[in-house]
Amino acid sequence: MARVPFGAGGGLIKNLSDNSKHPTIICESVERLYQQGDVTVHALAGVSLTIECGEFVSLCGPSGSGKTTLLNCVAGLDIPTSGEVYLIGNKISSMSKTELADLRLNNVGFVFQAYNLVPVLSAQENVEFVMELQGMSKKLRGEKARSVLREVGLEGMEHRRPAELSGGQQQRVAVARAIASEPQLVLADEPTANLDSKTSASLMDIMRKMNEDHGITFVFSTHDQLVMDRARRLVRMHDGLIESDEIQS
Amino acid sequence: MLKLAWRNIWRHPRRTLLTLLAIAFASAVLVFFIGLQLSSYDATINATISIFNGALQIQKEGYHDSPQMRLTLDDSNKLLEEVRKVEGVRAAAPRAVGFALLSSGSRTYGAQVVGVEPEVEAQVSTIPGLVKRGRYFQRSDELGVVIGEDLARNLKVSLGDELTLLGQGMEGSMAATVLPVVGIFSSGSEELDRLMAQLPLDTFRETFSMRGSIHSIVISVDRVADVEDIEKRIVDSELLDPNQVVLRWDELIPGIKQMIELDMSSGWFFYSTLIMIVAFSVVNTFFMAVLERTREFCVMLSLGMRPGYLCRTVILESVMLVAGGIIAGMLLGALIILYFGKVGFSVPGMEEMARQFNLPGAIYPRVSLRALTDGPSVIFLTSLFAVLFPATRVWRLNPIEGIRQV
Repeated sequence: MARVPFGAGGGLIKNLSDNSKHPTIICESVERLYQQGDVTVHALAGVSLTIECGEFVSLCGPSGSGKTTLLNCVAGLDIPTSGEVYLIGNKISSMSKTELADLRLNNVGFVFQAYNLVPVLSAQENVEFVMELQGMSKKLRGEKARSVLREVGLEGMEHRRPAELSGGQQQRVAVARAIASEPQLVLADEPTANLDSKTSASLMDIMRKMNEDHGITFVFSTHDQLVMDRARRLVRMHDGLIESDEIQS
Repeated sequence: MLKLAWRNIWRHPRRTLLTLLAIAFASAVLVFFIGLQLSSYDATINATISIFNGALQIQKEGYHDSPQMRLTLDDSNKLLEEVRKVEGVRAAAPRAVGFALLSSGSRTYGAQVVGVEPEVEAQVSTIPGLVKRGRYFQRSDELGVVIGEDLARNLKVSLGDELTLLGQGMEGSMAATVLPVVGIFSSGSEELDRLMAQLPLDTFRETFSMRGSIHSIVISVDRVADVEDIEKRIVDSELLDPNQVVLRWDELIPGIKQMIELDMSSGWFFYSTLIMIVAFSVVNTFFMAVLERTREFCVMLSLGMRPGYLCRTVILESVMLVAGGIIAGMLLGALIILYFGKVGFSVPGMEEMARQFNLPGAIYPRVSLRALTDGPSVIFLTSLFAVLFPATRVWRLNPIEGIRQV
């Protein structure tokens, strides 16, 4: 799927397929063991998974099934005990802390359960944050941020601080922050967990639209049926293993 | 980064203001006390060197370490005239020095006998003005002696009494004369008051067979702070013979410099306590800030902010906060100095004690670069060093431990 970046007009088509010649995510027999006192916990017990560019994937399963651990390993925030993770062709285990930071900065967007916006920055500044780290000019990132905020329905709220926004609005800012820099991949952990069903549905529609319009790969963990229903691919996990992996119509 | 740091500083205005006030207060205290200390040193140096030694002296090489009669400056009139023309020199006076036994009718004491030129001596020394009984000399060929009040008491002599001087002249000849006491001075310096007797220069030369020679040219200057430049000017002007040297006040009286250094060290002991308190306050502020923002920092790291960039943001916040406090403290300290520079600073009992040592009764502090920067720069560096502790915690943060989940 060709990816369409955000711009002042929002319609400029840029072929980013160079980066998409690799699958976005490859997990090969990923194991993650934790030591909790004397007990060894198998958070991931040998997960193999490939996610292609442009997919809209939901990881679902009960608490403790390994969804969050898998997302952490995919993002390079956690290191598997064994197995390999390739993120956009990069072998994560061979990368330094700084290289991983750069890889995330330029290729991965995050949506957190608890929004996690920077409280001292306005909605627009939060959206600009990643682009500023990328070194984008003030003018361009301002245009992009306003454009994305418009797409997520927050026009007119650009200068509000997180404390002045509702939970749903904050999460939409978080989605805008995640996608404004045009990452290949957005990882979202329980993005609707703190939202009511109406707001959740609206947020999922926005993410689905971003996926369809801009070709961004979305992977989110959830146990919200509404989110699962909207996913095109549903990966069910249980006890650190993939139980089923199915494409939904 | 600047915008983020600035907003983070004001996230908790009350805490920030308290830390700012602590830094500003400590900086102001340091600026004022160091300014006061430096000004009191200037006053001490001025008072000490103006009694007798002068800011600079020209002598024959080796005379200061071993004051022998034969180490003289010959044909010194031309040198005196030239030295008086050097920029920054206020006055220059010739002196000759010998050691002799002074006898009254019943007692004999050893004394340092100094030959002075009365017309210019008052421009390099305060002793002519410190004569409490009698008078100072009026002419160089006058027959008379001015002695310290302790020496007068020891010899049991008063004005008009005759003293017999017995010593060794320059060429090993006998130096002997009888002179009336014309004046008794009280300098506040126990050593001078107990040991010194002054004679008019011509009388001295005749008594000690010095012919036209002297032992030193004593120089007073417009500003003691310029003494090194004036010394350099004299040396560079090639007025001196190769075997003549210029000695600064700190070489002539090394004890003053040592006393100042000792006093400064003990002062810094007090200051460092204050600085440590400020450093703890800064560490507390930033440690609290880092602790309460751990989750936020972890989010930033997850989003792709490099750990080094995050550390720099925290350090920049501390630099802005500490610099703000220091600038406010410097301004406040400077204002306090300016105020006391006008009205004078003294503590009860200080004036009386100062008078005994011929020091000014009050200190009039001056704003100087050292007073403004010495203390605050140490606060700045200590605070920056202190903030490295919370900053390294940021460096070591593990994003998933902070946010628990992606």
